[in-house]
Amino acid sequence: MAFHVPEDFYYTKDHEWAQVDENIVTVGITEFAQDQLGEVVYVDLPEEGQKITQNQTFGVVESVKAVSDLYAPVSGTVIEVNTALMDDPSKLNDDPNNDGWLVKIEMDSEKELANLMRSPEYKKLISTDK
Amino acid sequence: MENTTKAPQKTPLHDEHVRLGGRMVDFAGWVMPVQYEGLKEEHYATRNHIGLFDVSHMGEIRVKGPKALETLQWLTTNDVSKLEKGQAQYSLLPNDKGGLVDDIFVYCLEKDADYLVCVNASNADKDFAWFLKHNKGADITNESSSWGQIAIQGPKAVELCDQIFAPIKVSEMKRNEIKTGVFHNFKIMIATTGYTGENGCEVFIESNGTAPLWNALLANSMKPKPIGLGARDSLRTEMKFSLYGHEIDDTTNPYEAGLGWVIKPQAKDFMNKAQIVAAKENGLKRKLIGFKMLERGIPRQGYQMKNTSGQIIGSVTSGTHSPTLDEPVGIAYVDSAFSTEGTEIYVDIRGKSVKASVVKTPFVVKT
Repeated sequence: MAFHVPEDFYYTKDHEWAQVDENIVTVGITEFAQDQLGEVVYVDLPEEGQKITQNQTFGVVESVKAVSDLYAPVSGTVIEVNTALMDDPSKLNDDPNNDGWLVKIEMDSEKELANLMRSPEYKKLISTDK
Repeated sequence: MENTTKAPQKTPLHDEHVRLGGRMVDFAGWVMPVQYEGLKEEHYATRNHIGLFDVSHMGEIRVKGPKALETLQWLTTNDVSKLEKGQAQYSLLPNDKGGLVDDIFVYCLEKDADYLVCVNASNADKDFAWFLKHNKGADITNESSSWGQIAIQGPKAVELCDQIFAPIKVSEMKRNEIKTGVFHNFKIMIATTGYTGENGCEVFIESNGTAPLWNALLANSMKPKPIGLGARDSLRTEMKFSLYGHEIDDTTNPYEAGLGWVIKPQAKDFMNKAQIVAAKENGLKRKLIGFKMLERGIPRQGYQMKNTSGQIIGSVTSGTHSPTLDEPVGIAYVDSAFSTEGTEIYVDIRGKSVKASVVKTPFVVKT
């Protein structure tokens, strides 16, 4: 299956994406991640104002079968949460790169972006990670 | 699970699963499909139409000879002497420490002479060794590699079986019966048992016949769907059926697990009967209950159960988001004081106490 891997996103090895607009970072899970998870039935996200740290868990998504941790692509403060996902977690399966975004973070330091992958590297990861 | 160093085994349907796009995972030492097109679709297919399950990984132990009945009466908790030819019963293998070696199905192929015992895949080697160690003179063989097994489950399953297995009429069999026959030239045993709460049967077939039978079922115009282990688990959880390693294990008193209905201490003596019965007579400390969430969250195995003041009262054995009910359901052991229907209890989900309530089970009632 071919997954859409937008070129302007950054990626974690745990299959989160990060879209950077100045110091605001929108975070989601990749198409590959939602496919591996199966139908998402539950999403647990942090509250606005909460501090999160790069590579640390900041929430979970659950399918019928399993619980998966969400890992923060950058450190910062949560400024917005996609609360629509609480009522309709299937958005994460239907449109993980857009409507299924999870949180927006005010990033502490853009230096951390250097620890993330760009699309060619991430495509390589998911082609071997199946 | 028992033997992680051994390369995982393949069932006779392995290549069929790969061809059907099954996502293969290691389960109890076997390579098995966890899902094909999606857990929820497969779950609904079984509840609303027909699901096909490869259960060839299950173990089969054959107990024969003049001492077969005596041996099984000693090893198991249910009353095997009640079984006539062609009848089956759910039962338990108690260990010598108050817990369980396994939960099993005993099929009577010839009264007092020939029985088939179906055991869990993860326990098959351990069970066989246990049978040999405590044998009372029966002829016991491990036939696990000789048999494939396919479960055919769902409201339309019996209709499909009548077409496939004619002249055997599965629709005329009662629950928990077994009939022998042939499919093409392969020996089969059709048992009206299952692990989903649906009508249907489980078919043992000579190993080489498993793939031809599977493909004949799939090709039928009734269009049954192949079902992976993921939906097999959500289906059994909705019925609150026990799974070894979750609700029961080598420390479980079977009365606590709500399995008193397959323990017959009045009828016979059996392995470690005194200890098992004493636990009940002294009052059960904990009980297996079903619960639903009153606040957001999905319970999972191992999560702690708490009371209103935050004290630990037990732990979750199985939990999932029920596809049929579209809400989370859980099974847990709790102190007996918290086991009555309607009791407010809490599940510790990642450090947060989330409110739940004890409910009647099965969660899904089939009419």
